[in-house]
Amino acid sequence: MNNFSDNITKLNSINRRMFIIAAAKVIIFGGIISRMFFLQVKQNDKYLTLSDKNRIREWKLAPVRGDFVDFFGNTIAGNFEAYELHVIPEEIEDFRYTIYRIKDLLNLSDDYFKKIVKKKNEIKPWETLVVSNNLSWEEFSKINNHLYDLNGVKPVISISREYPYKELFTHVIGYVSRANEDDISSNKTIKEKFVPELKIGKIGLEKTFEEKLIGTNSIERYEVNAYGRRINQLAFQKGDKGETIQLTIDTKIQEFTNQLLFEKAGSICVMDIYTGAIIAMNSSPSFDPNLFVFGINNEDWQLIRNNPMKPLVNKTLSGNYSPGSTIKPIVALSALENGIITPDFTVQCKGHKNPLELYGQTYHCWKKEGHGFVNLREGMKQSCDTYFYEVARRLGVDRLSETAKKFGLGKKVFKELFNNEKNGLVPNTEWKKNALGQSWVLGETIITGIGQGFIQTTPIQLCLMTAQIANGGYKIYPKLVANDNTQYEDKFIPLYKKSKNIKIIQDSMFSSTNEIRGTSYRSRIDDPKYQFAGKTGTAQVKRITAEERELDLKTSEIPYEQRDHALYVAFGPYKNPRYALSIVIEHGGSGGSVAAPLANKLFKMIVDRHEIRKSFETKKYMNI
Amino acid sequence: MYIHNRFENKTQFIQKLKELDYVLLFCILILGIVSVATMYSTDGGEVKFYTQSHLIKFIIFSSLMLVMAFFNIRLWFSLSYFAYFVLVLMLIWTINFGITVSGSQRWMNLYFINIQPSELMKIAIILCLAKYFHRMRLENVNSFYSVIISLIIIFIPMSLVIIQPDLGTSILISISGIIVLWFVGLNHKYFFYSFLISIVSFPFIISFLKPYQKLRILTFLDPDRDPLGAGYQIIQSKIAVGSGGILGKGFLKGTQSYLEFLPEKHTDFIFTLFSEEFGFVGSLFLLLLYAIIIYRIILIGSISRSYFAKIFCYSFGSAIFVYITINMFMVLGMLPIVGSPLPIMSYGGSSMLATMIGFGIVLSAKIHNQQSIA
Repeated sequence: MNNFSDNITKLNSINRRMFIIAAAKVIIFGGIISRMFFLQVKQNDKYLTLSDKNRIREWKLAPVRGDFVDFFGNTIAGNFEAYELHVIPEEIEDFRYTIYRIKDLLNLSDDYFKKIVKKKNEIKPWETLVVSNNLSWEEFSKINNHLYDLNGVKPVISISREYPYKELFTHVIGYVSRANEDDISSNKTIKEKFVPELKIGKIGLEKTFEEKLIGTNSIERYEVNAYGRRINQLAFQKGDKGETIQLTIDTKIQEFTNQLLFEKAGSICVMDIYTGAIIAMNSSPSFDPNLFVFGINNEDWQLIRNNPMKPLVNKTLSGNYSPGSTIKPIVALSALENGIITPDFTVQCKGHKNPLELYGQTYHCWKKEGHGFVNLREGMKQSCDTYFYEVARRLGVDRLSETAKKFGLGKKVFKELFNNEKNGLVPNTEWKKNALGQSWVLGETIITGIGQGFIQTTPIQLCLMTAQIANGGYKIYPKLVANDNTQYEDKFIPLYKKSKNIKIIQDSMFSSTNEIRGTSYRSRIDDPKYQFAGKTGTAQVKRITAEERELDLKTSEIPYEQRDHALYVAFGPYKNPRYALSIVIEHGGSGGSVAAPLANKLFKMIVDRHEIRKSFETKKYMNI
Repeated sequence: MYIHNRFENKTQFIQKLKELDYVLLFCILILGIVSVATMYSTDGGEVKFYTQSHLIKFIIFSSLMLVMAFFNIRLWFSLSYFAYFVLVLMLIWTINFGITVSGSQRWMNLYFINIQPSELMKIAIILCLAKYFHRMRLENVNSFYSVIISLIIIFIPMSLVIIQPDLGTSILISISGIIVLWFVGLNHKYFFYSFLISIVSFPFIISFLKPYQKLRILTFLDPDRDPLGAGYQIIQSKIAVGSGGILGKGFLKGTQSYLEFLPEKHTDFIFTLFSEEFGFVGSLFLLLLYAIIIYRIILIGSISRSYFAKIFCYSFGSAIFVYITINMFMVLGMLPIVGSPLPIMSYGGSSMLATMIGFGIVLSAKIHNQQSIA
């Protein structure tokens, strides 16, 4: 009985406690359900996104770079198919065997081979190992022929930069090369579009127009597993090729300037005097930009770097030269404009025996015998230094610098277009005080009058100066990009006070080339179709000592580094001018004997090709 | 006489067959099918090792369960202490000679099968305590002597498992034991005070935890502190469950699972895979299945005449509930990660064997519910 009642209490107790637990279970299951509801229903979107983020990964492919074309649309920087060799380590049964096989087939150097093996150990087995990114066609076909025992080796054709004209345009468009860390961190576009092996512009227009040229990445979307292995491709989004940029350059003329500058150090540029379009712009020596695309090897690099003619320097834009006598048109113009002289102003040049003497310094004319009595026209024609010493003395450097700057000297011609363009220097009294902390000396004015001393100009500035004299004294803006329609407010404003003065200068330059005793008389062309007017210049690299003046050495007898720079500026055809040019030959000797003859050859071609360009342009418009 | 006996045996067998709990059996069968299908999904939609092995184990162990059902509940009563002692010995053996897998010595090599005695202990401890309290008068339950004895019964296997080390299973073993203590009428205040003490001493206990266990607690509190390291499992499992949505991504289409973002997807995290593929609705179905199973077990306990059977059914049903709860809390990010399988669903022979043995005894209790145990 006792036992029985105990049993009942026991049963009551256990059932009561079971009830409590059952209630707790219902509550807890309710909790689990509400948690599941929260995760799966309320926050479903969030977790679905996270799940997609897990499984979908995008791969950017290298964008296809835009081309550069010349005036006629010929590609001067394009893309070619590069033959690459890829290896996916996990798809190869015996990596050592395969890689040695490749080494034999391609004759890889030991250093390069070690680099590849090292790279293989750094990447995941399913990632692509680029064994070579620039195989020749022979190597590529060799690999293709041996594919039967090269499992997992993939010959791939990809797109890469090519400069078909090699060194011809290097100093204009520059070159591309692999993007480095600085490029990526300094340029947002590059950072955005970066893929390994991405080539970007390092210098020149390739660099300036990077944003336009680079194009957009193609995107491959893959489903990947937790280890990053691609499972299957979900989408492919094709990117756009970068913009094509058309230049104003005429490749034929550019090629010819290259021939003219062969084995010389110097620059030639040719400009349309009305539109400012650059027809040719060459700096010599140049180098092959294709060498840089896949990274230049040390041997080639040393060759370029150690060349005494400095191929890496763009002489047209960053060569600072004393203008020498090519400044004389500006000196004369400035003096006329400021009413210092008239064309009849006459000075007697007495030759080396009786040089101009000022405060104990002597100033010689280039001509030993002297020119006798010369007026402006004769002074320009024969490039009489004594005449311009006197003109400069009367004019003063400040008025001269004002005119020189007006005509484009002393400041960048292309503004932001090139990051290696130099300003040059047009000195005045204020500049000297600020820069050197000294006052201006009259002697410095005198040598500035013949383009020596502090004054420094770049070949492109000289070309612009000549063009603006040739077009009647109106301001123009040089351009390299054909469809560059930037509007300038002060375009075509007159740079003169009296247009008659410009005429006088043009006429004096004509006499210098086309009249007997003119400094470039021997380079003249009599046919009015090609007839041009110019001014020679011979810039001293060092001060000539009295002994050297006595010796009167020939150019070939002086060490290369001490030879004068030969300069020549010209415009033509004289009757109806259209083109201006500047020629600078470093350490070439005298302008009249070295630089001017080049203009003679060049002008025929420039004028002949003018018709071709004109008809091409009309055709272009008619097509529209 | 012989014939009569045979006839009697036969009618008795048919009688027993009629008495089987078919609702429970049906639910277990469905759960088995669901679990095999889920294994098939973890194998990437192919019949591979896990699917085969899980299916074979399910067939063998559910047959064992059925066989056990026909043995009289008294047999299980009489074997209770024996099973407990054998398992304690096996645990001791495991500690010395067990197979080490990922830093923990849990498996015992029985030549034809590797088994985890700690999983079986989850059932044995219920049996042992149920038998211990079976004859005890209610007023003696709270005596100092019986409380100490029962705590020792719990403490021995718990400490043997903890030094394997396997914190998860040892917690589950002690919870199973504590559940029995609750049902036999141990005073409420003991539970209340020990709960209080454990909360107060929690910071103290933490200092005894292994570094990786501390990390798990920190990770639970803030999974994003190390999303690719310690927090990876819980983040990925929440993503899997959450991305499943209402109807799921579809069978064999769980991207988290087949792209291998889910860790431990065969065992402790099997629910996340199921939930990703079948969504909220599927998960509710699974929970309902478990709820019915637990309900039937408790129902059998309530109709059992013997106190032993009653204690066992109530405790076993509640223990199953706790296993499910801890597993789900863990994968849903409501508890730190402790190793605890989801009964039947998770891959693992010992866990399934233990659960099936439990079901077998419950079914035996159903058939022999009028049987009293002296």
